[in-house]
Amino acid sequence: MTDLFLAYESLFAFVGINGLLALSVYATLCCGQLSLANAGFMAIGAYTGALITLRAPGVPFIAALAASALAPALIAVPLGLPVLRLRGVFLAIATVGFGEVVRLFFVNWDYTNGALGLVAIPQRTHLWTIALALALALYVLGRLRGSRTGYALEAIREDETAARTMGIYTTGHKLAMLVLGAALAGLAGGLEAHHTFMVAPGGFAFGRVVDMLVQAVVGGTAAFYGPVVGAAFLTVLPEVLREAGARLGLAPGPFRLFLNGAILLAVILYLPNGLVSLPARFRRRARGMA
Amino acid sequence: MGQQALNGVFVGSIYALFAVGYTLVFGVLDILNLAHAAVFTLAAFIALALVDAHLPLWLALPLAVAAAGLIGIVLERLAFRPLRGRADSNISGLISSLAMATVFEAIALQIFGPDISRFPQGTFPDRMIRIGGASASLLQLCIVGTSVVLMAVLTLLLARTRLGRQIRAVAESPRAARILGVNVDRAIAMAFFLSSALGGAAGVLFGLAFNSISPDVGRSVELKGLAVIILGGMGSVPGAVVAGFALGLIEVFTVAHLGSSFRDAVSFAVLFLVLIARPRGLFGRAAAREA
Repeated sequence: MTDLFLAYESLFAFVGINGLLALSVYATLCCGQLSLANAGFMAIGAYTGALITLRAPGVPFIAALAASALAPALIAVPLGLPVLRLRGVFLAIATVGFGEVVRLFFVNWDYTNGALGLVAIPQRTHLWTIALALALALYVLGRLRGSRTGYALEAIREDETAARTMGIYTTGHKLAMLVLGAALAGLAGGLEAHHTFMVAPGGFAFGRVVDMLVQAVVGGTAAFYGPVVGAAFLTVLPEVLREAGARLGLAPGPFRLFLNGAILLAVILYLPNGLVSLPARFRRRARGMA
Repeated sequence: MGQQALNGVFVGSIYALFAVGYTLVFGVLDILNLAHAAVFTLAAFIALALVDAHLPLWLALPLAVAAAGLIGIVLERLAFRPLRGRADSNISGLISSLAMATVFEAIALQIFGPDISRFPQGTFPDRMIRIGGASASLLQLCIVGTSVVLMAVLTLLLARTRLGRQIRAVAESPRAARILGVNVDRAIAMAFFLSSALGGAAGVLFGLAFNSISPDVGRSVELKGLAVIILGGMGSVPGAVVAGFALGLIEVFTVAHLGSSFRDAVSFAVLFLVLIARPRGLFGRAAAREA
């Protein structure tokens, strides 16, 4: 068991980091807002944490991580105030634009070596750090359920105009969730930077936020733990099926992409509430047979 | 100055052609089809494969465009039609189009590999032509000409033909169109055919113009296409044409005056400013309040 654990330590680490990222997308999705700025937030968090560790070696890791979460959260406020007035695809497009601007900023910034990025970042992230961060995120999002704020968020998701009419402060709630999502994405960025030794702008392109969204949707956004289930499923599955793909003569890169796309399509068409709705569906079917 | 304007018109014509198809689908379905860029890429690869199979370019181009149109019909059938009538169809449609984009990209990556592919030497005669003080290659002029002709054909088709009227009726209100006897599913499928064919044509022209095609070639155009359709007004075909040329010109002059590192940033600046200041764009209708 320990052997197995050690052999796959890196895989577990990525499950955790991807879980945090999927939760960061879920944070805005659970009040009905599709924000795709999270690759940008993640980049800001990763660069902040890495720069602190590299340029100020005396600072404890926990402080660097806190800065990773805080920096994108602070930027989310002035971004969110104008942008959250937009709805649906317009919000998605504006936030995609923000993510690209952040990436281009780091490509052109000489202080962080432009497109090459920062390298030789000391490895400070342990598996338990990631597990702790994930547990914390799940606790916060889980506590929202059934709370006054949780109901407000659900009301906004179902019908924003009606929610506002009922006296719910919609802008504040949406902004709070955007900031929370930014903090989670930044935290994941900080953790990843101190796990993979490097940060480069190429890792924060549009495809990255698509991955996060895919994992959140595949897991299911009706339950707060759904995104983590989706992240675990989609991170582990390609590894499990790698052999089978190779036997079919498929390279691992395209194979992983294809799986991601095909699974996402199947889920959105046939299982709109994601993988976590499977047990309930089976139960219903079993009851129907009896 | 004249040279830069010419280059801007050239780049802009490809952006416009790409964006016209993008905006057409949005106008009809209110769904952002994020697989549009993947069709762009696939069409470029199909044209390349046809040319490599020793087909002449004048034959390979229309074949690749038709193939792109058919891919559009498949796309609509797999990713959009099953979602029709669902409450959250504009977000779930966006996500399912992302799924198809991923699948298309995987197919391109598997068949053509991650490296840059190029058209064989001499696919198009290499000749320069002088216009006033500026010079352009014959290829560039042909590309501008082809895009303008294709966009004119689309505009006429939408304005004058029975199919065009049906597509516009569905864009206005699918329910009213159905009551009036329009086959809504067919009109939407045809809108996807046209949209993807034009997106594919843009891909082939882009591949010829820069002679480098890779599985992620659609990515950069995808985001610029978004800027174009936002600037032009979501769903407005004439808006996309004007905005496409405008973005091409803005880009070229930005590179000339501010440096090439600002080239991509400027399209996002445009996108951002338009969304904040005037979300309906240049030619869009005032957004109806979502109930």
